Amino acid sequence: MSHAFLQNAWYLLIGVLLVGYAILDGFDLGVGVLSPFIAKNEKERRSLIRAIGPFWDGNEVWLLTAGGALFAAFPHVYATVFSGFYLALMLVLYALILRAVSFEFGHRVESAKWRRAWGWVFFAGSLIPALLTGVAVGNVMRGVPLDAQMEFAGDFFSLVNPFALVVGLAGLAMFIMQGAAYLTVKTNGALAQRARKAGIWAWAALVVLLVVAGAMVVADVPERLDNYTRNPIAFAVPLAALALLILTRVSLQRGTPRRTFLLSSLSIAAIMGIWGAANHPYLLPARNVAAYGLTIFNASASQKTLQTMFIIALIGVPLVLAYTAYVYWVFRGKVQPREEHY
Amino acid sequence: MDAVVLARIQFGLTAAFHFLYPPVSIGLAWLIVYIGWRYLRTGQAVYDEMTRFWVRILALIFAVGVATGIAMEFQFGTNWSTYSRFVGDIFGSPLAAEGVFAFFLESTFMGVLILGRNRVSKRVYWLSALMVAVGSTLSAFWIIVANSWQQTPTAYTIVGGRAELTDFWAAVFNPSTLPRYGHTVVASVLSGAFFMAGISAWYLLKGRHVEFAQRSLTVAVVAAAVFSLAVLGVGHFHAVQVAETQPAKMAAFEGVFKTESGAAMVFFGIPDVRNQAIRLRIAVPKLLSFLISFDPNATVAGLDRFPRDLWPPVEITFYAYHVMMLLGFYFIAISLVGVYLLWRKRLFDNRPYLKVMLASMLLPLLALEFGWVAAEMGRQPWVVYGLLKTADAASVVVPAGQILFTIIMFVGIYSLLLALLVYLILREVKRGPVSLSGAANG
Repeated sequence: MSHAFLQNAWYLLIGVLLVGYAILDGFDLGVGVLSPFIAKNEKERRSLIRAIGPFWDGNEVWLLTAGGALFAAFPHVYATVFSGFYLALMLVLYALILRAVSFEFGHRVESAKWRRAWGWVFFAGSLIPALLTGVAVGNVMRGVPLDAQMEFAGDFFSLVNPFALVVGLAGLAMFIMQGAAYLTVKTNGALAQRARKAGIWAWAALVVLLVVAGAMVVADVPERLDNYTRNPIAFAVPLAALALLILTRVSLQRGTPRRTFLLSSLSIAAIMGIWGAANHPYLLPARNVAAYGLTIFNASASQKTLQTMFIIALIGVPLVLAYTAYVYWVFRGKVQPREEHY
Repeated sequence: MDAVVLARIQFGLTAAFHFLYPPVSIGLAWLIVYIGWRYLRTGQAVYDEMTRFWVRILALIFAVGVATGIAMEFQFGTNWSTYSRFVGDIFGSPLAAEGVFAFFLESTFMGVLILGRNRVSKRVYWLSALMVAVGSTLSAFWIIVANSWQQTPTAYTIVGGRAELTDFWAAVFNPSTLPRYGHTVVASVLSGAFFMAGISAWYLLKGRHVEFAQRSLTVAVVAAAVFSLAVLGVGHFHAVQVAETQPAKMAAFEGVFKTESGAAMVFFGIPDVRNQAIRLRIAVPKLLSFLISFDPNATVAGLDRFPRDLWPPVEITFYAYHVMMLLGFYFIAISLVGVYLLWRKRLFDNRPYLKVMLASMLLPLLALEFGWVAAEMGRQPWVVYGLLKTADAASVVVPAGQILFTIIMFVGIYSLLLALLVYLILREVKRGPVSLSGAANG
């Protein structure tokens, strides 16, 4: 396999991992953000946790694996982004650490205060990553200042800008929509109704924010449209996203829960595809000097490593998908109000 | 303070804290697999009770291991970006493989273990426990592959200032991978066994849940005896490998300042680096040469073979190694006494012994930490042995003030996690295993 083929394949594979993360961890982060607003009592709050309890950990592994794969396939991007976005990333880490223990710690003590405290940890631990992941994506799309040694040349405040914030909020809305769609599958009655309504609101916010973000790209970084003007066939991606979003909205109104969740997931994949098609071959464009940008060609690992990793992915990913599907099947259906633990 | 020093402090703290949890999780998971297998074979309710209780404990420890592991996956990029650029071609692959082959497996089936009792058959439930054990053990494999490559780099060429992979399997099975993996995994099972033995001993001392505690203690003590002996055996091969591949590290472990033939093995001493001697030395003549080369008069390389600026920090390496080793001998002795008492049917009412086991329950974790300190300090001043110095590996764009801030945050959050974990484990222990005739609900 040629180096260029593998570099492109890994661009796609990192994309697949990120899409997998957004679809899967997206729903459990969304449930976390929704939790204080749509659960009206302790029983409902427990239903939300039960709905994602068996899955959140496996879902988060998509992020860890994307991090590992980025390290292996594009070490310069891993090094530049993670050191450059230092404080923001650390904040996400703290949030994910506390959120991770909230699942096991939160239900062990029969005390209203204890549960309420962990409920807030769960909420904040979901909100911060759900928002900041999008802020990071916004910055990667807009480009950041880099130097000739591929190092980040900005500071914390070069990452705080209106475009990144709009993309961050769009990401948040997307995760909330996905969480709401998931809850319509997993819950019953009034809770499911509230989830459906929340999903409709999140959908509206997502559409507005995507339009704003699109307009800002046209005004601020028009070179991100070059791939589209050069290969008009690429417009199929945003058109698909548009169609899927419309179908998702219709399904939120009157479709079956499973169909809504499927459509919401596909919308996420298509929306992220818009970004992927726009940025290629850049993984991290430079905002100051275009030539300093990190591409799949100048930032990648050797042909040997990419090929080895490609084989690992070809063997490993189908296995992962198979047993993940099995475990989702084991826990299929609506959440039972009191189900035995351990 | 210097950013490199701060980055080292942060990495040391977060790795040391994280490394408390995976070993005991691996150990408990395998013991649960054994107990669950006994349940499938015999159908005795006590084994079911044991599975439930130990899964409840495992779930708490596993959660903290997962939470603190996230920080490790990202820290190479955040704090060691120069290192990440240098080794990315080789070091990133095992991390990605760990995600694909191990993390998914353990986390997915942990969900079944915690919440799936009533949704799968007994056999599938047991298989889920097995998958958690296999997943966590594989995870240990890939991370030790990555770390071992730092110790004994192989199968690379330096291209444009970066190490590039030439042979994947040769890099994976570099000279130190298998000895280090064997040593660590065996020690992990040992740590799970001591943990289980300590809690079981407490119940017997209190006269509570007696049948449960007797069965758990039996499993734990036998496992402790087998695995403490195995740690020593594998540890020997590991030491031979270190002597061959990282002689400066071996010299620091043993406090060998001058190259000598017929080198003695030091069991106790205080290294005096300035005068290049070991004070208050208790040693067995010629034993080190014999163990390393199977020849009592063989030559052992001393630190004098290396320029002074390439010495590892001798004191800390020496002490960490010796504390680990002495603890290892203690584990063998105490668990063999336990097996003897079990055989004489005097184990369960031997209060002094039960108290000792209770007091010793966390010592294997201490030994693991010291072993890790010895391994990593003994590699200094290199981050990749012979190729890249630690001082040149840190991120260049992260200001010291930001690292200081994140260290303070980590210390705060991790202290909180540790306090909560201890509190919740003590609560579960006080609550005890739920008798199967009563309501069993989490």
